[in-house]
Amino acid sequence: MLNSVWIIVALPALSFVIILFFGKRLPKHGAEVAITAVAASFIGSCWAAVEWIDRVNASEHAAGIAGFFGKGMMPSDSAQGGVEPVVNSLTWWQSGGIDFGVGTYVDGLTVMMVFVVTLISLLVHIYSTGYMHDDKRYTWYYAGLSLFTASMLTLVVASGTLQMLVGWELVGFCSFMLIGFWWEDRENSRAAIKAFLTTRTGDIGLIIGIIILFTAVGTFNIAGTNAYALQGANNHDILLIASICLLIGIMGKSGQFPLHTWLPDAMAGPTPVSALIHAATMVVAGVYLGARLYPVFYEGFSISNGGINMMALVGGITILVGASLAFVQRDIKKVLAYSTISQLGYMVMALGVGAWVAAVFHLFTHAIFKALLFLGAGSVSHGGTHHSFDMREMGGLRKKMPITFWTFIIGSLALAGIFPLAGFWSKDEILVNAGSQGFELFLIIGLVGAFLTAAYMTRCVYLTFFGEYRGKHHPHESERSITTPLIILAGLAIVGGMINAAPLGIKKFTEWVEPTTNFPKVVHAEFDVPLAVISVSIAMLAIGVMSYFMFRREELTKFKGLTQRNRLARSGYTLLERKYYLDYLYENVIVEGIRTPIARAMYWFNQTVIDGLVNFLGRGAVRVGRFAYENIDQRGIDRAINASANEIGAAGGVLQRVQSGSVQRYALYIFAAVGVMSVALFVLSVS
Amino acid sequence: MELNQFLILSAFIFAVGVYGVLARRNGVLVLMSVELMLNAVNINLIAFSAFNHNIRGNIFALFITAIAAAEVGVGLAIVLLIYRNLRSPDLDRVEQLKG
Amino acid sequence: MTFFDEWALPLAVFIPLVGMAVVLLIPRAQETAIKAAALVTALATLGVGVGILTQFNYGRSGALQFSVNVPWIDVINSRFHMGVDGISLPLLILSMLIVPLCIIYSWNHFPEPHNPKAFLALILLLEVGMTGTFVAQDLILFFIFFEIVLLPMFFMIGVWGGPNREYASIKFFLFTLFGSVLMLVAFLALFFLSKEQTFDMVKLSEFGGSGIAHGTQLLIFGGMFLGFAIKVPMFPFHTWLPDAHTEAPTVGSVLLAAILLKLGTYGFIRIALPVLPDAAEVWAPWIGLLAVIGIIYGALCCLAQRDMKRLIAFSSVSHMGFVMLAIATLTSFGINAAVFGMVAHGLITGLLFFVAGSVQERYHTREMSRLGGLLTQAPKMGWILGFAAMASLGLPGLAGFWGEFPAILSAYDPAKLASGLFDTSNLVTFRSFMIVAAVGTVLAAGYLLWMLQRVAFGSPPPEFEDAHIHDVHTSEWVAWAPIMFLIVLLGVVPGILFSVTDAPATAIAKVFGG
Repeated sequence: MLNSVWIIVALPALSFVIILFFGKRLPKHGAEVAITAVAASFIGSCWAAVEWIDRVNASEHAAGIAGFFGKGMMPSDSAQGGVEPVVNSLTWWQSGGIDFGVGTYVDGLTVMMVFVVTLISLLVHIYSTGYMHDDKRYTWYYAGLSLFTASMLTLVVASGTLQMLVGWELVGFCSFMLIGFWWEDRENSRAAIKAFLTTRTGDIGLIIGIIILFTAVGTFNIAGTNAYALQGANNHDILLIASICLLIGIMGKSGQFPLHTWLPDAMAGPTPVSALIHAATMVVAGVYLGARLYPVFYEGFSISNGGINMMALVGGITILVGASLAFVQRDIKKVLAYSTISQLGYMVMALGVGAWVAAVFHLFTHAIFKALLFLGAGSVSHGGTHHSFDMREMGGLRKKMPITFWTFIIGSLALAGIFPLAGFWSKDEILVNAGSQGFELFLIIGLVGAFLTAAYMTRCVYLTFFGEYRGKHHPHESERSITTPLIILAGLAIVGGMINAAPLGIKKFTEWVEPTTNFPKVVHAEFDVPLAVISVSIAMLAIGVMSYFMFRREELTKFKGLTQRNRLARSGYTLLERKYYLDYLYENVIVEGIRTPIARAMYWFNQTVIDGLVNFLGRGAVRVGRFAYENIDQRGIDRAINASANEIGAAGGVLQRVQSGSVQRYALYIFAAVGVMSVALFVLSVS
Repeated sequence: MELNQFLILSAFIFAVGVYGVLARRNGVLVLMSVELMLNAVNINLIAFSAFNHNIRGNIFALFITAIAAAEVGVGLAIVLLIYRNLRSPDLDRVEQLKG
Repeated sequence: MTFFDEWALPLAVFIPLVGMAVVLLIPRAQETAIKAAALVTALATLGVGVGILTQFNYGRSGALQFSVNVPWIDVINSRFHMGVDGISLPLLILSMLIVPLCIIYSWNHFPEPHNPKAFLALILLLEVGMTGTFVAQDLILFFIFFEIVLLPMFFMIGVWGGPNREYASIKFFLFTLFGSVLMLVAFLALFFLSKEQTFDMVKLSEFGGSGIAHGTQLLIFGGMFLGFAIKVPMFPFHTWLPDAHTEAPTVGSVLLAAILLKLGTYGFIRIALPVLPDAAEVWAPWIGLLAVIGIIYGALCCLAQRDMKRLIAFSSVSHMGFVMLAIATLTSFGINAAVFGMVAHGLITGLLFFVAGSVQERYHTREMSRLGGLLTQAPKMGWILGFAAMASLGLPGLAGFWGEFPAILSAYDPAKLASGLFDTSNLVTFRSFMIVAAVGTVLAAGYLLWMLQRVAFGSPPPEFEDAHIHDVHTSEWVAWAPIMFLIVLLGVVPGILFSVTDAPATAIAKVFGG
């Protein structure tokens, strides 16, 4: 299976084509094809995962390094052989003597990602049969999901950066189509365009970064690129520029500050889409890119030196920005969207502080519990509020929707990082690595982020499930197709973190996923009990404080209207409500600036200056022509000819009078002439 | 006697002749004016001849007198014919040759 | 040499001419016969094209094939020399394909003032010019075909065009004629100054301008540059294009965008670069500069448009900027990218103009602020518009991407020339261009999506709420399906085109060390 991973990719692609052409005529309008294909892909990915684990185990036994990941700070050694990735590729096209390959690059990271993508995609497919049941573009929806799954898998299994770029753009396109799924409403298509353009802005960086690496390395190959990056310090400048460019790409796709603003707006799409694309898979494509080309970033940003680097800084800022904005949202999906931004910040920061395994592990757990939360929110709106996500219309759904409630609670606790749920293990691993490798600043940011995360989730849970029901409908539990995925994901959110539960001595995730060839010598920090206790306590404290505020709301009148009374509080609130004015900056200043004055000015320039010049030249030529015609041709040359004729005529007229036939006149002339001549003779003889 | 006096007289007669030739329309008067001019020339020739003691001027004058007689003969005949045809000696009316 | 080898190209060029004569002989009243004759002619030409495709020796795509070389005008040593290689082939086939599609598209809706006889005759004449230009290997022959194209297009715009057609057609005609005159002067200069007095492009390429003084070379190249750049059109010689496109009938716009613009870029690759390589090296950074200005400038102008066709017209300026940037790198990779970009742009923009024309036919307006909700009223057409827009903004998996991305990539690594612009090295110059071009891709996404949102998304405006909007007609399906198929095919398997163009591109770029 490891050699034929392409089948996993091809199945959803095939399903897309089938649905596109025959979907409407099928009995279930295409859903059955899509689900079958993605289920088959899921089975294939499980199979691949098992084979990969076998391969890892076999190689470890063969190398006799079973205790490789023992106690203490132990570097993984790239020189020690390790598990080679399975690479298959064929020439896609050739140009100018360069081969461009397409293929599959399968290692632990790939297998993990393929597993996550197909798993979440399968659950979302099933969930959507209930959630999207009455939609008029049901068939089309499944076509979109299939295409997305295929594109995402293309990106994940890519053997080269060019193929990654192809997948990357395609998932962006699918995201665009699915955000704008209900395009009748102009707001939705606006959000879709915003998402596409923002990620495309990031893609400038990605494209340039890929090109720089390609030119330096001479191939798009991932293995080759990573090997090149690890070669030595002589190429540090190239790597630094390349990694900055790639980081810009990551910012766009993975919603990192300051290009994160599209993600909350992307919630305009259907909720299962938000779960799949904007929480679990597509948005982590950036993190995946960072993990896939980690040697480039590791060397480029000199991560081994500690301190502050751009990648960690971007991640850190994103954590705080995302978490703080999650507080002021009224829309449950937007809370989750900002939470996603914040969690993606954790992943990028983890990459930035050298905690590769922690980042990827957090990607894994986050995909599970965030998909769970989104699907839960969808269930709430489906059964509880009739397609509204406004938390002011919710409340008190705890009793009415028990399954949704409990699974949502599990997801929230996992997100908040409460022991022993999935989020705890991964978040803790990030923090402990940041703390132990000279990135203290980011440890603090991480802890602050943990506090904020727990707090806003408490608010969200309270507003949705506790208190009195504030809507106007009759809430009921959602149907089976919706709750089943929730239960499965909740189960995974509980146990999923255990595969890398360090204090229990389980490091399976590290073993299976971390590359052992072409990989920098990253340090693995050991589990730190005090730190874990601190982070969990912080989260508990946040939950406690927040619950106190929420449940005792009525008694806390002195806080009521605080934002109206206190100037500082008000300005802080406004700042958050306006999303740090970033949207204003992008939409009103940059986009409007380009679209309205600059584009208009350009067009004006075109019409007035260039076209004006052309018209001027044209008109000038016409005028010169007319002038030439009228003055030179008609008046000048023609005149001259006419004139000479006329003059001759006129002269003839004059002479005609001389030729009078009157002899006396002739005689007069003769005498006059004689007179004139004699005078002339006289004058001449005198002088 | 001075030569100039003859020359002045001759010039005066010549001028009268020119005037008559140019201004008069009567063919007979024109002929007479031509005679005046010829005789003015004769006076000149004879005066020069006498003052220069040279006979050539006299000879020229004789020739001119002879030619003038012939000329008047032909001229008067033409004028007579004009008169006979046009019933007028007016030379302006002689325009049949005009194109 | 089989019969087909010798006669394929003359047939391809002159079948449309015969067809035109036939069309002109049929009385005007028999419209169906006229249409049938035109279509049969175009399809027969396409059949020859398919024959060429099958008989073409792909192993040696760098060499001229199907050559015809007979004496023509002995006095000026001009020969009737035709041939195709890997660079001509895709463009030749593209023009042969687009013409029948245009005839099918206009089958039932000829623009006012109707008169299919004249219209179809002009289209066939246009085809003579287009195919001829792509196969001519003699400068005089090339020039004649290059100029033949002007005439039918002039009448097409001037007779069947929109309200401002006279201005547009005259502007188009004069602009291009101005360029071609200078081009002709350049050709004559080449004739007289080269080692041998010849118009043969192959020979002139072999000479590579040797024996001509450097300054003179620059001037001659300048003449050719003007002729081709106006046709492309490059900034700042582009202003005829939006007017011509806006006023031209749908089919005219399609042919203009799909084929005519390629004559200019083709001229650069086929004539200007190989014949005067030294001058090309001097000019290249400037051409690159104008190209990137065109990319950004065209995109910004798009954003200011209200008229759908005008927007697409400006997008052509932007996209052809990518093609010219790729050519200016003077590398084989860049020339490959340019040819791919030309074919992709021809297909995609052709499709966009088709759809824009159909939208106008249904709504009687192209004003984007008045349109909306195409997807609800004519869903299939809406999706086709979306498809074309996505292809145009360079979505991988569709043809546009392989014109755009390699062009940007080639700009990172241009030919190693003595110097670039403003005392910087060529490398620095072109890398700056690359960044600007990459920004251009975002702007492209911006205006295309904006157009899509305006036209396709949302709900229909009150004005058209009750209008009966017919979804895609059969004739439209037949005309569009092959284009869409090719866009996907080239997007998924770009190798089929790159493998054809690679050998000749490498041969051309060898002079520049690329």
